Amino acid sequence: MNISEMKSKHKLLKDYSYELGEIEKGYTNRTLYVNLSNNEIKEKPVTQLMKDKFVGGKGFGLKLLWDATKPDTKWDDLENEIIISPGPIGGITQYAGAGKSLVVSLSPLTDIVIDSNVGGYFGPFLKYAGFDALEIQGKAEKDVIVIIDGKEGVIRIEEAPEEAVDSHILAEQLTDMYAESDNKKNLISVVSAGVAAENSNIGVLNFSFYDKKRKKVRLKQAGRGGIGTVLRNKKIKAIVAIAESIKPDANHVVDIEAIKECGARFNKEMRELDDDQCRMRKEGTAHLVEIMDDYDLLPTENFRFGSHKDIMNIHSSVWRSKFTQGVFDGCWIGCTMACAKAVDGFELKTGPYKGDKVIVDGPEYETVGGVGSNCGIFDADYIIEANFYCDTYGIDTISFGTLTAFLMECYEAGIINKEITGGLELTFGNADAAIELMHQMARGEGFGVIAGLGIRKMKAYFAKEIGADINFLNDIGMENKGLEYSQYVSKESLAQQGGYAMTNKGPQHDEAWLIFMDMVNKQIPTFEDKAEALHYFPMFRTWFGLMGLCKLPWNDVEPANNAETDEPGKVPEHVQNYVTIFNAVTGLNIDKAEMIRQSERVYNFQRTFNIRRGYGLRKHDAQPYRAAGPVTVEEYESRIERYDKQLLENIKVNPEGKSTVEKVAILREYKEDMYEQLLDAVYKRRGWTKNGVPKITHLKDIGMDLPEVLEIVESLQ
Amino acid sequence: MKTITVNDIIIDWEENMNINVILQRMNYTFRMLIIKVDGKLVKKNEYESTIVSPGADVKVIHLMSGG
Repeated sequence: MNISEMKSKHKLLKDYSYELGEIEKGYTNRTLYVNLSNNEIKEKPVTQLMKDKFVGGKGFGLKLLWDATKPDTKWDDLENEIIISPGPIGGITQYAGAGKSLVVSLSPLTDIVIDSNVGGYFGPFLKYAGFDALEIQGKAEKDVIVIIDGKEGVIRIEEAPEEAVDSHILAEQLTDMYAESDNKKNLISVVSAGVAAENSNIGVLNFSFYDKKRKKVRLKQAGRGGIGTVLRNKKIKAIVAIAESIKPDANHVVDIEAIKECGARFNKEMRELDDDQCRMRKEGTAHLVEIMDDYDLLPTENFRFGSHKDIMNIHSSVWRSKFTQGVFDGCWIGCTMACAKAVDGFELKTGPYKGDKVIVDGPEYETVGGVGSNCGIFDADYIIEANFYCDTYGIDTISFGTLTAFLMECYEAGIINKEITGGLELTFGNADAAIELMHQMARGEGFGVIAGLGIRKMKAYFAKEIGADINFLNDIGMENKGLEYSQYVSKESLAQQGGYAMTNKGPQHDEAWLIFMDMVNKQIPTFEDKAEALHYFPMFRTWFGLMGLCKLPWNDVEPANNAETDEPGKVPEHVQNYVTIFNAVTGLNIDKAEMIRQSERVYNFQRTFNIRRGYGLRKHDAQPYRAAGPVTVEEYESRIERYDKQLLENIKVNPEGKSTVEKVAILREYKEDMYEQLLDAVYKRRGWTKNGVPKITHLKDIGMDLPEVLEIVESLQ
Repeated sequence: MKTITVNDIIIDWEENMNINVILQRMNYTFRMLIIKVDGKLVKKNEYESTIVSPGADVKVIHLMSGG
């Protein structure tokens, strides 16, 4: 069926015309609300309180979701929403990494709020269309698309029965359908998921942008926490944003010259220093693969080990040779970091698109670690294939990788077998079984359906249905709060254990990555030092999510004189760039201390949101023991010298004469106690009670003592 | 045996031990490093020519990277 025939099958359910308006100082001052149950569409004002307390992006998402849901709303209830917001800086084109959207929803994996950041052009186009956030509530009866036409000033909800569901096809169909001409395809952005998002809890959202050089639609992912699953549960096939044009000063900022000056300095760093530093323009985040292996941090075989003899098969040089070089790979205009690398013309070997030659966005480091090394698979072509199918099926490469690694360990430990898996031999390294598991997930068949539940629910299922030892499953199942771990081994960094398990949404490294600072540099030896780092960095990194900014340009290139500054780990010049840009966009006058305060307000609000839903307490920050130390004898013995030394020096226990089982137990008691002490120190630094509840005095200090927040925390002081 | 300290780890010292030798010995392959020998910053173009003495305190500060 061709595009016009497909379009002719659309049934208009609702259209809504509005005044396009102008963006002023980074804000449009209104949000867009769409309810798919009754097809209500309305504009809502952005209040001064929203700007003062929540700033934008993730902050707006949290505020709108709090107001829209009840404490017991479930992810698949009508009340749950998907909120997309770009933030006040989002959409500028004079500084790298300013096209991010922040997506917020209640997660099917965690039952708490999830937030996920993503590139692609949708967020900026939403703002250009006149909205600081899009809020979608309710469910459609049949598959719909929501069209935000920022050219005409019209919002439409249309039934769309004929288009594909898988993202690589759907995004192209809708780009072709809504672009005025080939040369204006870059003015369309599509949000979609895929068929596996319908049949699993690990669905992603794909945000598209049109790559004019390649003449291809590209996809970036809001990966974590199953928001794609929410999208398909609402029967949304896609959300389409149409822009009239991309104007250099669409945000109508206060001082564009100040932003340009920061941008010019940054761009010079990229030109002159990137090749000697992170090689982001040539390798993207995949430059980290062998570095993580060298430092024993690359998760291998379900986080049991941190390196592997076959690392050369997935070395960054392999990715460099697979990625098309010499083309601009920014996922938003003006991003000179340009790390959205892609493999062109990849011929698929399996699945419904077998034989097709496709473009594959990535793989990024997390995907290589997740579907590759963590599953014991050191095959670059498999990783590319798995990356492609995860994206088009609409599932998260990180969760898929970590849960498959968990299943492989269960299989090798005899907890599950071929009878239970329906014939899949899920041993470490079996790429054929792993990709078939994914295809089953997409088809909603067989063991793929069980896998798609995610680790937390699988643990309960295996314990109940096959009598598996829940304690062992809890030790090796790498999830916290219901979200699968991202791909770093945290065993030897207590601070990173906190950086993962003390997060608001679950163990994603975007709050804090402290392994080098802690384990290698030994810069934060005391609990107080670690607590300070676990205060500053999560707050600082939260700020990017309020703004519509990508974090990578902050520290994936460093100014030439960064080493000479007082706090090089914070990259002071780049921090100042961000302060300057925020002030230049909004006309406000914050400093770097107020930057942290802005984040603290939102961070504490999110913690309180979790508490409101029955989570967010100390017990919910518990980590699986695999994140802290060796669960099995084999793991201990793989690093026996290190662990024996820890027994002798840290615990004052002589390992000689003790069995490995005894040593595992002694080390465990010590490491678990260390983590409890870390919790105490971090909670104190964050202004929380020993149970992890924000103190009222602290909320007042940071200006987040809103009545609805105090109402939740006051009985828990 | 003469030694030096690298990030609080004591390792054997050797004749003509420069920064590149230390990085290789420690398997420090990350590229975004700040190196100080007895508190003095060593720039990247000085790694080869900077010879450390026995007892030196070498700090190899790895910066952060990644998403």
